[in-house]
Amino acid sequence: MARMTMIQAVNSAHDVLLERDDRVCSFGEDAGYFGGVFGCTQGLQEKYGKTRVFDAPINEAAIVAMAIGMAANGLRPIAEIQFADYIFPGFDQIVSELTRIRYRSGGQFTAPLVLRSPCGGGIYGGQTHSMSPEAFFTHIPGLVVAMPTTPYDAKGMLIAASESDDPVLFFEPKRLYNGPFDGDPHKPALSWASHEKGEVPEGHYTVPLGKAEMVREGNALTVIGYGTMVHVALETARLAGIDAEIIDLRTIVPYDMETIARSVNKTGRCVVVHEAPRTSGFGAELIAQIQEDCFYALEAPVKRVTGWDTPYHHAHEWSYFPGQARLKRAMLETLEA
Amino acid sequence: MTHVPSSNMSGFAVPEPNARPGDTPDFSHLKLDQNNLAPKPDPICEASETYGLANSLVRVLDDEGQAQGPWNPQLSPKVLREGLHLMLKTRTYDARMFKLQRQGKMSFYMKSLGEEAISVAAGMALRDEDMLFPSYRQQGLLFARGHDMVEMMNHCLSNAKDPLKGRQLPVHYTWAKGNFFSISGNLGTQFPQAVGWAMASASRAESAVTASWIGDGTTAEGDFHGACTLASVYKAPVILNVVNNQWAISSFAGIAGGNNATFAARGIGYGLATLRVDGNDFLAVYAATQWAADRGRAGHGATLIETVTYRADAHSTSDDPHRYRPKEEAAAWPLGDPIERLKAHLIALGEWDDDRHQALEEALTKEVLASYKKAESNGTLRDGPLSPIPSMFEDVFAEQPWHLRRQRQDLGV
Repeated sequence: MARMTMIQAVNSAHDVLLERDDRVCSFGEDAGYFGGVFGCTQGLQEKYGKTRVFDAPINEAAIVAMAIGMAANGLRPIAEIQFADYIFPGFDQIVSELTRIRYRSGGQFTAPLVLRSPCGGGIYGGQTHSMSPEAFFTHIPGLVVAMPTTPYDAKGMLIAASESDDPVLFFEPKRLYNGPFDGDPHKPALSWASHEKGEVPEGHYTVPLGKAEMVREGNALTVIGYGTMVHVALETARLAGIDAEIIDLRTIVPYDMETIARSVNKTGRCVVVHEAPRTSGFGAELIAQIQEDCFYALEAPVKRVTGWDTPYHHAHEWSYFPGQARLKRAMLETLEA
Repeated sequence: MTHVPSSNMSGFAVPEPNARPGDTPDFSHLKLDQNNLAPKPDPICEASETYGLANSLVRVLDDEGQAQGPWNPQLSPKVLREGLHLMLKTRTYDARMFKLQRQGKMSFYMKSLGEEAISVAAGMALRDEDMLFPSYRQQGLLFARGHDMVEMMNHCLSNAKDPLKGRQLPVHYTWAKGNFFSISGNLGTQFPQAVGWAMASASRAESAVTASWIGDGTTAEGDFHGACTLASVYKAPVILNVVNNQWAISSFAGIAGGNNATFAARGIGYGLATLRVDGNDFLAVYAATQWAADRGRAGHGATLIETVTYRADAHSTSDDPHRYRPKEEAAAWPLGDPIERLKAHLIALGEWDDDRHQALEEALTKEVLASYKKAESNGTLRDGPLSPIPSMFEDVFAEQPWHLRRQRQDLGV
């Protein structure tokens, strides 16, 4: 096993896939020679050649569409959208084309591809480099939406995504690229070196899509999250001494309702967290399903802890980010309700 | 009979720049016809009369600092000195702000090193009433319009006096009073907006024209096509500038299609008047902008201008260009440096000398430092004070709806 950052884990997943399957190719803005602005594809063009790892023009619609054409014609593209905030020119291609091809062609054509994109805040990126836009994409039938929380999961899930016959939108929380982040910006940055999920096998393995992970067992309440917020939840529960059961969703659509229901039926209390804005965020969907499936087990209203319904603030990043204080309060209110 | 291969054995093409780190810089692929003889049609000519100019290079200053040819705007020495002053001011400001970012005083910065003529000359050639839709490397427009340096710094420091209330990344200025639109960080989105703004001005029979700027890389975005189509169809009084600085972060202009045709040549397909201009030639940029503005004001529609230049430093403080291009490339750029070229011209005219230049540099360094002291007293991102936290929830809607009021209360502010 090797120690990897999430960047190295994503890079290693590409390496494994490109090595094993010559249908796999990878491209994006600055993703070829330079290896991406975060370095996720660094060194791969040199190793696999220019027609397998290459730079794309700045046109996200065309990047998605090119990937669709390639995937429909037998390749397995992994395309990078440089920041999730820049994915919207490609929205039409995702909504109207990518996710409907299997359905509208009666299964005659499919487009098995992966779109990767760094998401989330915590790096003073302002409103154009901080968004968590996952909810928009969960509303599109036919798209798998995933977000890893650790290097181990990032590599295993990315390999699973590329090997899947469905299109996968793979969001990578950029604040986690170089280390876990528990929501306290005043602490020195942590590295993945000391985290158990920073240990990543060099070779091929998969972490299945559609399966959540119980990252902390407990009996008092269930906290459901994904991405950066899982680390925030773990630290909040630890510091507050709350016997929380914490679920890392990992795949947002299709989400693992079985694991959620088992936990909520046990604890009877639940808080849902995400960094994205509150209104029509994915938390709303989770809570709707929880109340349908677990209503009679619930002892308290299910709460949401989320980003605000404003653009991601630059200077007040840490007042925007749903950190430990907000989560702790929601957990205590849910326990006391 | 032509031989048609039975399969596509060679794969597809992925263009590469002539030089990577360690290689000798090589700009031989660029068509840089430097004979200063590009003809100057009347600004109200048919668009087709400009098509030759899409594949040549409008240039006034030659390599000896002499102004030549039909595009010479015949500016007075006073105006030339003003241009030099503003370009040097932009450069001095950029250098200081970049350093301050490195010291942690602000989150981010982007310099316009080597591209100062593009913003300053255009800013001077346009009228104050003309609307500007810049991207993030035209800070020289703000200096040309006389914007207050302290206020610009307040924004970059995201401090309590930041007119944008700390909401935007540094260098994403807005200055409505200066007819300077709000800069977006997204690429190309504002090119077609500029056309819409120009159409609104035209609908009121105003004399103002609108100008917008994007980079070579951004021409790949669909919004470039949208803007050119709208500008052509509606004959909008707009100037669409493509700043071809050779690099879009790490992607050279060939990745945006620049190896196969000039960016200016794209204007021909839309039936737009089109100019390809030496972007490091203050006089050429001034003349081209003035020509396009005259054309727009006369009701003859839009112009696409490609300014050929070189991004002499990193894309931003988050970038390290030595990883993808030769270190020596900026020095080898065949169109030189815009400040040095205008300085040489003024000296050749007997209107400037090295002592005055040095004195100007020193005065600008002092001005920037003094401005920074004032701005810093209003706070920095690192140490505060910042805009009041409740202002986070303002300006989302005209009036704050119940849910934002509630979220503000949840935050306890």
